[in-house]
Amino acid sequence: MEDKGRESVMLPFGFDYYRPKSLEEAVTRFQQADQSLKEPMYFSGATEFLTLGRINQVYTEAAIDLKGLSEGKIIQFDQGYLVLGANLTLTEIEEANVFPLLTSTSKEIADHTARGKITLGGNICGQIFYREAVLPLLLADSQMVMVGPEGIKVKPIHEIFHERLLLQRGEYLIQVATESRYLDAPFISIKRRQQWETGYPLITIAALIMENKLRVAISGLCTFPFRSKEMEGALNNLEVSPQERIHNALASIPGPILHDVEGSSDYRLFVLENLLVDVCEALKFGERE
Amino acid sequence: MKLHTIHLNVNDEEQKVTVRSGDTLLYTIREQLGLTGAKPGCLNGDCGACTIQVDGWPMKSCLMMAVEAEGKQITTIEGLNNTPIQEAFVHHFAFQCGYCTPGFIMNGHSLIQKKPDADDSTIKEWLESNICRCTSYIEIEKAIKFALGKNKPSS
Repeated sequence: MEDKGRESVMLPFGFDYYRPKSLEEAVTRFQQADQSLKEPMYFSGATEFLTLGRINQVYTEAAIDLKGLSEGKIIQFDQGYLVLGANLTLTEIEEANVFPLLTSTSKEIADHTARGKITLGGNICGQIFYREAVLPLLLADSQMVMVGPEGIKVKPIHEIFHERLLLQRGEYLIQVATESRYLDAPFISIKRRQQWETGYPLITIAALIMENKLRVAISGLCTFPFRSKEMEGALNNLEVSPQERIHNALASIPGPILHDVEGSSDYRLFVLENLLVDVCEALKFGERE
Repeated sequence: MKLHTIHLNVNDEEQKVTVRSGDTLLYTIREQLGLTGAKPGCLNGDCGACTIQVDGWPMKSCLMMAVEAEGKQITTIEGLNNTPIQEAFVHHFAFQCGYCTPGFIMNGHSLIQKKPDADDSTIKEWLESNICRCTSYIEIEKAIKFALGKNKPSS
């Protein structure tokens, strides 16, 4: 009985634990562990590492904890950009509230206590495919700052995020930078769940208006979060009726619609249709002058 | 087996423990330190029965490894003594079986400290982190509000 109890409250595999103090040390630790075939992995909040590791869906023999990196904890305005560290917890982002759309979206992830451990980078890079914290960054054309064997790289999110953040082996996300002009843009973020007020979404939608154009990013509809130029093109075609715009947008969904225990694909489509109506109404988008 | 000897500050006492990399803080405080107030529930970060305080914020101790907690100020239910939230739970009989109670109290205690002027929506947002299978939610909410009121400086 004692052994069974012990197994239930610790991970079922042994691993080396490192907490590097510099960007370079983190990369070096990864490379060394990689050469030793230890299947190294980076984490920061470690919530997914614990919950998936507990059920053998994550495995490593070398865990590199990034939360000691001061570069990953900054909240700073610099040359017209807001720079957020990837190791900030969602609670820290909410408390600072420097990017209201990001606050609004991340406040719906998990629950309040868990958000004190989940990090921005961890949510974006996680295996669990909702990755809702990326939605505001997709809408705001953010820059992703990564560290790896080749040093520091800065790339536009649209180059490096396709369904997931396309990190090279040994790379990790350390910061995201967003132009200040996006921080005050009109926005809305809505999360619809099957039931209750915490937990995974049926669909989460974030929307923002920039230069009179509506931008939308969606999680929970497909097996990946996305922002679709085709969908936005349809929604911004003011030559046709609002109903037709939404109908055309629904025809441009970039992948198979999820059909699972949270909701059938037909139901998700129904929910999305209504969400798009709600978004346009809330942002007063497409209303005739 | 990867072992680490670390120092944990729990309830204002320095504790030296030897842990495996993958030991959760919940396991360590219960089985190594004998502080069994934090309860194992879902072990998946969902139910909040294992909630403690880390650096003044509520933390699900099943979602934290002991090695992550070095250098942090940890408070468990055993570290509270006649606090307003404890008195409020007794006054409002905010429990039935009591299993979730330490987690709710630690969350509520953090709420009172961090958000003494919490409005209804903030209280609800924080309390959604914990589950009570006996559904004592109304009494728990009353207790939290009572403690918040009691905590405010009298004008």
